[in-house]
Amino acid sequence: MIGLLEIGMAHYLTLAGVLFTVGLFGVFLNRKNLIVILMSIELMLLSVNINFVVFSSYLNDLTGQVFSMFILTVAAAEVAIGLAILVAFFRNKNSIEIEEVSSMKG
Amino acid sequence: MIDLALDGYMSALPEIFLALSGLVFLIAGVFRGNSGTTFLCYSAAFAFVFSLILLAGVNTGEAFSDLFIMDDFARYIKVIILLGAIASVVYAASFLKDEQIFRFEYPVLMIFAVVGMMVMVSANDLLTVYLGLELSSLSLYVLAAIHRESIKSSEAGLKYFVLGAISSGFILFGCSLIYGFAGATNFDDISVLLSGDNSLNIGVIFGMVFILSGLAFKISAVPFHMWTPDVYEGAPTSVTAFFAIVPKIAAIALIIRILFEVFPSMSEQWQQVVVFISVASMAIGAFGAIAQKNIKRLMAYSSIGNMGYALIGVAAATQNGVYSVLVYVTIYMVMTVGVFGIIMCMRKRGYAAESISDLSGLSKNSPVMAYGMAILMFSLSGIPPMAGFFGKFMIFEAAVNAEMYILAVIGVLLSVVAAYYYLRVIKIMFFDEAEDRFDCDIAFSRRAMIAISVILIVAFIFYPNIVFDGAMSASLALFPK
Repeated sequence: MIGLLEIGMAHYLTLAGVLFTVGLFGVFLNRKNLIVILMSIELMLLSVNINFVVFSSYLNDLTGQVFSMFILTVAAAEVAIGLAILVAFFRNKNSIEIEEVSSMKG
Repeated sequence: MIDLALDGYMSALPEIFLALSGLVFLIAGVFRGNSGTTFLCYSAAFAFVFSLILLAGVNTGEAFSDLFIMDDFARYIKVIILLGAIASVVYAASFLKDEQIFRFEYPVLMIFAVVGMMVMVSANDLLTVYLGLELSSLSLYVLAAIHRESIKSSEAGLKYFVLGAISSGFILFGCSLIYGFAGATNFDDISVLLSGDNSLNIGVIFGMVFILSGLAFKISAVPFHMWTPDVYEGAPTSVTAFFAIVPKIAAIALIIRILFEVFPSMSEQWQQVVVFISVASMAIGAFGAIAQKNIKRLMAYSSIGNMGYALIGVAAATQNGVYSVLVYVTIYMVMTVGVFGIIMCMRKRGYAAESISDLSGLSKNSPVMAYGMAILMFSLSGIPPMAGFFGKFMIFEAAVNAEMYILAVIGVLLSVVAAYYYLRVIKIMFFDEAEDRFDCDIAFSRRAMIAISVILIVAFIFYPNIVFDGAMSASLALFPK
């Protein structure tokens, strides 16, 4: 019996889904700063971790937790590379505003 | 339970060798500095060749407690990946010298990208899919931005990174849904769990669509194609060549493996998605390219369109369809090698000329190159007797055999539209007023690659069975009888 105050799987999944969506919209709706995009990407990747850990606990299966460890590691590498490319971009443009990312069009 | 015996790892020998040689080259690069770049490029080519030899001797089987599978399908795709990688690393050696971009990381990153793609193709578990995909993607992001003094290159890297990271997020979210609702991450387990009454679980369908959209990004299929023209234009041409030649083959192989091995019971669901992606890609690829002035952007739209054709074969959802896709991507790889070799030859007074109008009068200035390009363009637009015709023909044949007549008709019509811009390149080369000549000090290795590509395209009609037999046994591996 799941009462209103009892936290069940649906609550966790909703949380993960909401965080994922917030991250996704953070990438597209944000019009100012590239760092915010990196943060939004991190939010997307980490919200998936919630999904994996919750499923792992409900399925009584460790695979999900192993998966989330891998995601943590890869997400860290991914953001490190993102920051490195950002620094290279900043050296060329002296700015990290999104409107500056527009030298190619068509 | 975990198989620690050495033979459990033998199926992954080519990948292990490549990964180790990547590490060794990294150390060598640190010691020799950027002056060793050309040497490392050729060493990387030898590493790819050696890995190809190892691949021929590897037995089929599963490794790493079923996380990794080596079958005829994986072997065929890996051979194509390695051949494409050899061509692109040889191109890179002379291109980096032309452009004075000396970075020893370049060949090392290429090796790691190829290892990632080979792991992807051999994945038998969602975890392996994710790790292989990320290993290749992370290397490719850095490769796109490797010319870090150039605004365009760093911008291309940035765009590719942001959109690529989003697509990784999509794939991961899909993996988590499939894990939760099917209860496993291993491909064999998932397909068994989904074969019963559980086959139409809504959570699993959502997960499948998420994964499919993430992978559609990797093959730059519409509606996830926005990055392609910008990245192709901004990245150094040798990197663009690598992007066009290799990663798409790995990604389309992964799509095939996931759809046909994990979700065969849901083919009605994913067929709709694939048909839409395919038609949209063909249309955007055909109409988007018409207005382009930059030859690299033109090739970007061409690759979007060509992935649309390849997806027709996937949408057919038959063994014949998979077979035709494998033949198609093989021929497409060879054609792309030739076209990008010629694009790299477009240099005027030491600078790269990237506009299509720079080709004008090429038939008078350097007729051999013009005829080579004309053959490649005829082949890309699917005119017999070039190889490109057979690729398209088999794709459409598979669609007709699967009774998808409308899809086949749309494909044929859109390939007529696409023929317009391929033929326009030929018209510019042969009938427009001659412009300045291109620099004629073209590296021998590049001439050789272009010549091999053109000869293979023309001679395909005499020896088609080499490709046909390989593709047939590869496609049969996915359909156990």
